[in-house]
Amino acid sequence: MEWIGLANYAVFMAIFICIYALLSLGLNIQWGFTGLFNAGIAGFFAVGAYTSAVLTSPAAEGRLGGFDLPVPIGWIGAMVAAALIAWPIGKICLRFRSDYLAIATIGVAEIIRLVIKSEDWLTNSARGITDIPRPFGDLPYVYSQLAYLAIVASVLFVAYLMVERQIAAPWGRMMRAIRDNEDAARAMGKDVPFRRLEAFIFGSALMGLGGALFAHFNRTITPEAIDPMIATFLVWIMLILGGSGNNRGAILGVAVVWIIWSMSEIVTDQLPHEYAVKAKYMRVFLIGLMLQLVLRFRPEGLLPEPQGTRAEMSEKSK
Amino acid sequence: MGLGELMLEVDRLVMDYGGFRAVDHCSFEVHEGSITGLIGPNGAGKTTLFNLIAGAFPPTEGSIRYLGKTITKLSTDKRFHRGLVRTFQIPHEFHRLTALENLMMVPPAQAGESLVANWLSYGRVRETEARVRARAEEALDFLELSHLANERAGNLSGGQKKLLELGRTMMTDARLVLLDEPAAGVNRTLLRKLEEKIAILNRERGYTFILIEHDMEMIEKLCDPVICMAEGRVLIQGDFATVRSDPRVLEAYLGETVGDAA
Repeated sequence: MEWIGLANYAVFMAIFICIYALLSLGLNIQWGFTGLFNAGIAGFFAVGAYTSAVLTSPAAEGRLGGFDLPVPIGWIGAMVAAALIAWPIGKICLRFRSDYLAIATIGVAEIIRLVIKSEDWLTNSARGITDIPRPFGDLPYVYSQLAYLAIVASVLFVAYLMVERQIAAPWGRMMRAIRDNEDAARAMGKDVPFRRLEAFIFGSALMGLGGALFAHFNRTITPEAIDPMIATFLVWIMLILGGSGNNRGAILGVAVVWIIWSMSEIVTDQLPHEYAVKAKYMRVFLIGLMLQLVLRFRPEGLLPEPQGTRAEMSEKSK
Repeated sequence: MGLGELMLEVDRLVMDYGGFRAVDHCSFEVHEGSITGLIGPNGAGKTTLFNLIAGAFPPTEGSIRYLGKTITKLSTDKRFHRGLVRTFQIPHEFHRLTALENLMMVPPAQAGESLVANWLSYGRVRETEARVRARAEEALDFLELSHLANERAGNLSGGQKKLLELGRTMMTDARLVLLDEPAAGVNRTLLRKLEEKIAILNRERGYTFILIEHDMEMIEKLCDPVICMAEGRVLIQGDFATVRSDPRVLEAYLGETVGDAA
């Protein structure tokens, strides 16, 4: 029986890895390719999760919706909502240099979290939204888990292909140029504020989608899920460790960090009671230590940024 | 040599940084097809003047007319699209892009710069990309940098980066090119090559140049007219011989003592 439990756990982890990979890909567009320091991932994650929850859950008393719409519409809605929120934020904040942008986005994410936590009519505040439908959720547990894994893996695969296509194309080259030297990019005729906004919205939409997949997996969403430690900083560590500027690295980083993060939970669960309270901080410490080691010994991450515009693009056309 | 059409008119341009006046009522004209040399001691306001002409920031006072239109308030990227292109004194290469990519990113309005086109009409993107690549390879060839095409630009030498900056101006249909100290940090051999390239671009492609330079040999070979600036003002304008022999120019370079002695 032991191995069935392990297999179940592996499927569970794989689903989470796919969801986080979407956040990491989104951040890679913003930071890895465009140099935008978004420290408010949790905010876009939350907007996506709640939008899809409101759109797809059955009608409920005392909060907005639910509208009982099909799940795919909820997911598209999540991306659109995250993009719409990103637009004014980007308009205002992208004028700041990177460190100020980080502060501004932390602030924005916190505002979003507080709105969700306190606006009863909109999000049912601290009680959260329940009864979020899960595709194939009626199947027996194992099949339901496997079906959901298949769905999130396909969504991730499509998202990966879409991002890769952009990065290999002149769009990605232009973004990396803006990242490397903003003044020169402007002097070479590129509309830097507009392009940054584009990358910011593109990345945020993927984060919103990640949020939606998370909400449907758990069948419920509460403000506690929007913890910046888990939804923002963990994603940053995943990207830096995996290799900022490399999409495969971004996904690999998620897998490595998530496995270590989950394993550390198994270990800390074995600890005697008196240490249990400290365990959470030990895990955070462990992750921080890992980040330090990576930055010291392999700052480019496990898979560094590839060099040059992908040859595939121009070779085939010759 | 006959004067080409009037291309650039700088009219009583002023730039104040807080209480410091970096550019003080500068006026001059540039004619199409010419290579204007801008000289003057350090801190004379040459680079600030370049930044104003290129549109890095707006002037405190004064106006700039280019090809018959006032562009004083136009942003840098829009000036670029009208053929007004600059290079930087300190190389502004895209250091994590390869030398080839540094050039390939330049051409305006590439099909593949649109997110939608990359998803929906990739065939067209590939076509333009092939053309852009060919043009970039040609430019690298012209600058004799072909062997470094796939090297990260950050790894190039100072002189090679200067050449790459010049190369970027070749990737668009430039008309007026501002070169800020193209020879600084470039060794003698490379320097003569650079001179030659600038002359060819001027002759064969019809680029008009304004160039800031401290290397007087280069100024003498390439530039007519020469403008000497000091303390934010245009001191004198004329051919190289006239400017060099003017006592005010000597004074500006060597300081007050010469003036006192004279």
